[in-house]
Amino acid sequence: MAENHPAKRRFRWTPGLVLGIVLMTAMVLVGLLAPLFLSDAAEKLTANPSQGPGPGHWLGTDDFGRDVLARSLVATRLTLLMTAAATVIAVVGGILIGTFIWLAPPRIRNAVLRVIDAAVAYPSLIFALLIAAILGQGAWSAVLAIAIASIPAFARLTANMAASISQRNYVSTARLLGVPGPRIITRHMLPNMAEPLLVLTATVFATTLIELSSLSFIGLGVQNPEYDFGRLLNESLVNIYSQPLQAVMPSIMITVAGLSAMLIGDGLAAATDPRGGRKFGSVKTASEVPASLRADTQSLVEVNNLTVSTPNGVPLVKGVSLSIHPGEVVGLVGESGSGKSLTAMSIAGLLPEELTVTAHSLRLGELDLRKKNDPRTLATSIGLVYQDPGTSFNPALRIGSQLTEVSRVHLRQSRKAAYGRMVKALADIRITQPETRMGQHPHELSGGMLQRAMIASTLVTDPRLIIADEPTTALDVTVQADVLRQFRTINREMGTAMLFISHDIGVVQALCDKVIVMNGGKILERLTGAQLAAGDVRHPYTKALLAATPSIAERKAELVSVRAEDFTYDEVPDEVPSTAVLSEGKE
Amino acid sequence: MTEPTMLSKEAVILEESRTQGAAAGSRGTPRGLSPWGSYALRRAGGVVLSVALLVVVTFFMVPLIPGDPAVAVAGADATSEQIEAIRQNLGLNQPLHLQFIQYLGNLVTGNLGESFAYSTSVSTIIATKLPFTAEIAILGILVTLLVSIPAGMAVGIMTRGGRQKWMDVGFGMLTGFFQAVPQYVIATMLVVVFAIVLKVLPAAGAATLSSLILPVVGLSIAPICSISRVVRRETATVLEQDYLRTGRGWRLPALRLYARHALPNLMTTTLTLAGLVLAGMLGGAIIIENVFNWPGLGKEIVTAIINKDYPVIQGIILVLGFLAIILNLLVDVILGIIDPRTLGGGKSHG
Repeated sequence: MAENHPAKRRFRWTPGLVLGIVLMTAMVLVGLLAPLFLSDAAEKLTANPSQGPGPGHWLGTDDFGRDVLARSLVATRLTLLMTAAATVIAVVGGILIGTFIWLAPPRIRNAVLRVIDAAVAYPSLIFALLIAAILGQGAWSAVLAIAIASIPAFARLTANMAASISQRNYVSTARLLGVPGPRIITRHMLPNMAEPLLVLTATVFATTLIELSSLSFIGLGVQNPEYDFGRLLNESLVNIYSQPLQAVMPSIMITVAGLSAMLIGDGLAAATDPRGGRKFGSVKTASEVPASLRADTQSLVEVNNLTVSTPNGVPLVKGVSLSIHPGEVVGLVGESGSGKSLTAMSIAGLLPEELTVTAHSLRLGELDLRKKNDPRTLATSIGLVYQDPGTSFNPALRIGSQLTEVSRVHLRQSRKAAYGRMVKALADIRITQPETRMGQHPHELSGGMLQRAMIASTLVTDPRLIIADEPTTALDVTVQADVLRQFRTINREMGTAMLFISHDIGVVQALCDKVIVMNGGKILERLTGAQLAAGDVRHPYTKALLAATPSIAERKAELVSVRAEDFTYDEVPDEVPSTAVLSEGKE
Repeated sequence: MTEPTMLSKEAVILEESRTQGAAAGSRGTPRGLSPWGSYALRRAGGVVLSVALLVVVTFFMVPLIPGDPAVAVAGADATSEQIEAIRQNLGLNQPLHLQFIQYLGNLVTGNLGESFAYSTSVSTIIATKLPFTAEIAILGILVTLLVSIPAGMAVGIMTRGGRQKWMDVGFGMLTGFFQAVPQYVIATMLVVVFAIVLKVLPAAGAATLSSLILPVVGLSIAPICSISRVVRRETATVLEQDYLRTGRGWRLPALRLYARHALPNLMTTTLTLAGLVLAGMLGGAIIIENVFNWPGLGKEIVTAIINKDYPVIQGIILVLGFLAIILNLLVDVILGIIDPRTLGGGKSHG
């Protein structure tokens, strides 16, 4: 998904950033040059008031015969100067407050932070109006008003950044060594916040520009005879019927100025964001491959030469074949990244759409899983249990409404019937107070309880296959045993076939009839549960897995450190009859 | 660390909600209180602080005026009797703490003082102007929420996982553009296009129902852009969550998946942020009222500032501040209903 650049923090010049800088440079040049050359046209009263566009005045003249275009250009200087001044005050004030409170005692710091929070909740324009009321109208009181009103938000963000930095080791060390506070700020804190602060400053510049000109626009900022963009637009509003063009040029200027500041802010954020530069490929559908010649008609699940690859063609699963018979529990073992979850999720049809899946056959009973199937059939045929019960439930919905969703949507049961059935299912797997649980939210239940509830929910549709993707990994050891027992009971009593994925060979050994060891997207070895229990394994990787699980491999095993890359990926010749057909995939 | 083109305030809230989402539930509920009870208690603390800040700041407005406030009010050519009368009226002869106590007492009894300019009570002025501001503000907020959430979600769904790159870019450019243009410029251009060139809508005033359209649109465009950007980003995040995979594993119909499973989860951050954007619309309304000559609080406060009519300024700022507090509180209550985890670790501003 992400293309890793070797130079991780290389500055990226995005087109937006370049455009922003070009536009801003142009604005600054206009601000520097226009007052030198155009002041006369912009400010001298002439005898040609309120003229339309013409050769002498491209955009016409205002009430006093001053050239509209020239005024719009000359106004750039004051607008930019005011914005820059307000930005500097806001940024310096914000940084001072935001960093120094971290040197203050916690009590004072918390009090200040709460006041800042309360201030941030008010629209800054209201504060600005208040300050403008105190200071009176004028360019520089408007600058102060907007600057002071922007300080709380900037201080809050700085405080948040300073919070994380002030807890880092080098800051605590410096403090222990007695480095004075201001020096800690300049030496340690500010350099580490420089990038985000720069981005923020650009954003503050853009918002300040807008707010300052807004004040001028409503008549509380720049006063006659001075003028900035907002003031010009304010003046043009009086004549907007007779001379709408008079409003257009200041509008364009302010838009270009605001846009360039924002583009620079965006561009800087993107340029310094290490997560940036992600590339996605196009979504390809699975290519049609002729069906396998040797379909195992007895098996419930049939996977033949399955490959999964990323959009840019990196193979993740490289020709995996397996079968699951009715009532059989098949374990899929391997470390993370071995392709075991991808294999399982290909069967479930739940892979991210950008991954490309191909297979000679991918079948559950008579369902061809390579095609798009009826959602109802899929939902009722395959039960799914995921790794982390804490994140697999929707945090915003009650347990009951989630657990009964399949029954209500796909089995068309009434709310009441589905509820009753689910309560019974929960009671069956010994969840206490099932009615109460149904009315609770996921965060109120323990992980083990959530996982058992998830298992119970898969059972109400009486599925043909349960796919459990590391269902015990996120649980405590004692809870793990309980959940494993649930799976075994279900398999024994209902005869449901299971595909059980785990990185823990011990867990798999306790539960599975058949175990498949995967690594690097390929199958290394197929074993029966009995073989595994006896330690009768041949592939060194499997041996290493066993050795890493001392409680299961009761032999005295030296801890072997193995990397999958140390092996050739060739599968150990298979001795389990039921899966012997399936090892033709080669590369 | 910051999201592109986000107002710095929005960045504050986004970050807050992120860190709180991670720490949700870590803060224990005080014993003997229902989650709602302790939530209410915690929020009440925030509200009290906000109100206190508002009262203190508005009070200090007059003493902080450079020079003699009474002279500033009376103007340069006032007689010393006039100045003394104003000084009496404002209570400026008393020590500061007595002035504050009197200010507090007046507020509690609902007495906001008398306008210098109109010699009517400030309460009366606010009572006649507030409905106009409320009208465009409430309509604007409704329009903003009704447009930005579906639009942001739709774009988020269509561009998930890097799909339809062109739409992603186009959406970002369009919304970014309208965020960079000041509201009053958008409003002025609306007047030029719809009132002057096309002549389909009135340019100013509050005489007819159709005169509401341009102010509400002018007020809503920028907030729609910022909120729909947030919704788009949150949608993208929520769609990658495990519980959505669970929903897909249950083969739920798309509409059910997005409306029932994705929407409530993306609303948490969205609303937290929206509270601020919506409160900001109160500030926006002040500007918009001045473009469209809308007879509300915004137009009034500008006139009052120019006239140095301090009681009116204080009164209007108090009212707008209260509205912002109420809006934030409302958002918090809705958040608590949508996502009960919010009750565990409340946000402290408001």
